[in-house]
Amino acid sequence: MAKWMSVAQVKEKIRESSAEEVTASYLEVIEKSKINGYVAVSEKAVEQAREIDAKGHEGPLAGVPIAIKDNISVVGMQNSCGSKILEGYVPPFNAHVIEKLQEAGAVILGKTNMDEFAMGSSTETSYYGPTANPWDLERVPGGSSGGSAAVVAAGEAPFALGSDTGGSVRCPAAFCGVVGLKPTYGAVSRYGVVAYANSLEQVGPLANNVTDIAVLMDVIGGYDRRDSTSIDRKTAYQEALVDDVKGLKIGVPKEFFGEGIHQDVEKAVWDSIHRYEELGASWEEVSMPNIKYALASYYIIAMSEASSNLARFDGTRYGFRDRGENWHSMVSATRAEGFGTEVKRRILLGTYALSAGYHDKYYLKALKVRTLVKQDFDRALSKVDVLMAPTMPNPAFKKGEKIEDPLTLYLSDVNTCPINLAGVPSISVPCGFTDGLPIGLQIMGKPFDEPTVLRTAYTFEQNTDYHTKRPPEVA
Amino acid sequence: MITKEDVEHIGWLARIEISEQETVEYMEKLNSVLEYFGQLDELETEDVPPTYHVAEVFNVFREDVVEESLPQETVLANTENKQDGAFRSPKIG
Repeated sequence: MAKWMSVAQVKEKIRESSAEEVTASYLEVIEKSKINGYVAVSEKAVEQAREIDAKGHEGPLAGVPIAIKDNISVVGMQNSCGSKILEGYVPPFNAHVIEKLQEAGAVILGKTNMDEFAMGSSTETSYYGPTANPWDLERVPGGSSGGSAAVVAAGEAPFALGSDTGGSVRCPAAFCGVVGLKPTYGAVSRYGVVAYANSLEQVGPLANNVTDIAVLMDVIGGYDRRDSTSIDRKTAYQEALVDDVKGLKIGVPKEFFGEGIHQDVEKAVWDSIHRYEELGASWEEVSMPNIKYALASYYIIAMSEASSNLARFDGTRYGFRDRGENWHSMVSATRAEGFGTEVKRRILLGTYALSAGYHDKYYLKALKVRTLVKQDFDRALSKVDVLMAPTMPNPAFKKGEKIEDPLTLYLSDVNTCPINLAGVPSISVPCGFTDGLPIGLQIMGKPFDEPTVLRTAYTFEQNTDYHTKRPPEVA
Repeated sequence: MITKEDVEHIGWLARIEISEQETVEYMEKLNSVLEYFGQLDELETEDVPPTYHVAEVFNVFREDVVEESLPQETVLANTENKQDGAFRSPKIG
């Protein structure tokens, strides 16, 4: 069986052989993995595939295997969030997106590695050890959905789900040379996804091509009353897949090409914009003056929300528990031992930003700056159809290179986190290479205008071959 | 700038035990991040309203009716620390 297959090819293979055979073949590939992309492999995958064979392949994803980030609840499988504090925890309910996948007939292969509680851009802070980038095993796959991106890039799953709070789907997509979408805030239910910063995050798909992203969005998108920020709105994702950008207006925000950008990344993105021009689109430079404040605003808001969300991990109802003579000392010891350093740093900073005397200086200020960033997006997107920029200013870095200094690591999110503040949709597609490492082009759109974002990405893919390149180290 | 005492206080608020040595490490790293956050002071935001989230929905409620919920034993299945159908934890004080 071919190692890298589109969903359409997987379905063809299932028709020729069986879902059981296809699932078994993916499990064999996973067994030989060199990248530590999965933290748990489903023991029931083959059995589920066999049941789908017996039922006669009903549903749009009947028998198609998928990998799930380890912060999305699946009944009967661990949901560790890459943390010791959730050791042994097995969710008693499915996330909304998992219910939708199971209704569509998908087979869950396993849970993928991530930065602890999705806090990171390198998948190095996981309790289960780092994941390797399939293009260079010494380098990081990006994060925090590094496991999901790496297994798709390595042919260990046709597609996967991740979550994106400040770039956690798009960063690893760019670093691993795959496609990743952060949908509009409210487009996909967050029910059953462990919250890090709930005003910013969305579940997002990762795949080897734009078509499979749309296929997955048609399954997981839509209203769910159990998520109070879910928006009741119908979008037809696959219908948007048209090879045509004639008359499309592209905005290029110069603030996304700031200091420290790798020259090959800058060139690859401009080459892509010029390719669009040849295909009938036009471009203009736009200015978004408040983008330079987005990173600080993003981190204050994310940390503040995290300090509140992660208060639930107290050793009482599930997961790891340490000893203590009373409740306070038990909880304090449990959290000291159960959380990793970066998670503790963010909880402490968030607690500080919300504490008496500092709330207005940090948290309230960040929320006001968020308004200014949102206004920058509204203004820019009122003149053009999409915005284009590098997803990441640099290609994948070496393991260990940025982990010691938190601020250095935070700065790598400079081009991805503004999108989460504004809640707009954004996709990363492969658009070139530098020294054998993939480069990602980021395409941002208006709220709920995923159709234009997908059409723009699809047209690029139809007219280039970057998405067909595979990492030689894992071939 | 936050001090060692501030770090100890935040650690207590967040219920995270911090050793003497860690207090100094946290103080340095936290101060470098807070210094970066300080750049927001450059912006005049007096008349700017805050944005808590961008979903244009407010006060989302459901009908106040009893709905199906998880069985007690399922909810208690993830811990050893239970007694008489309840979670068991050390005394507060």
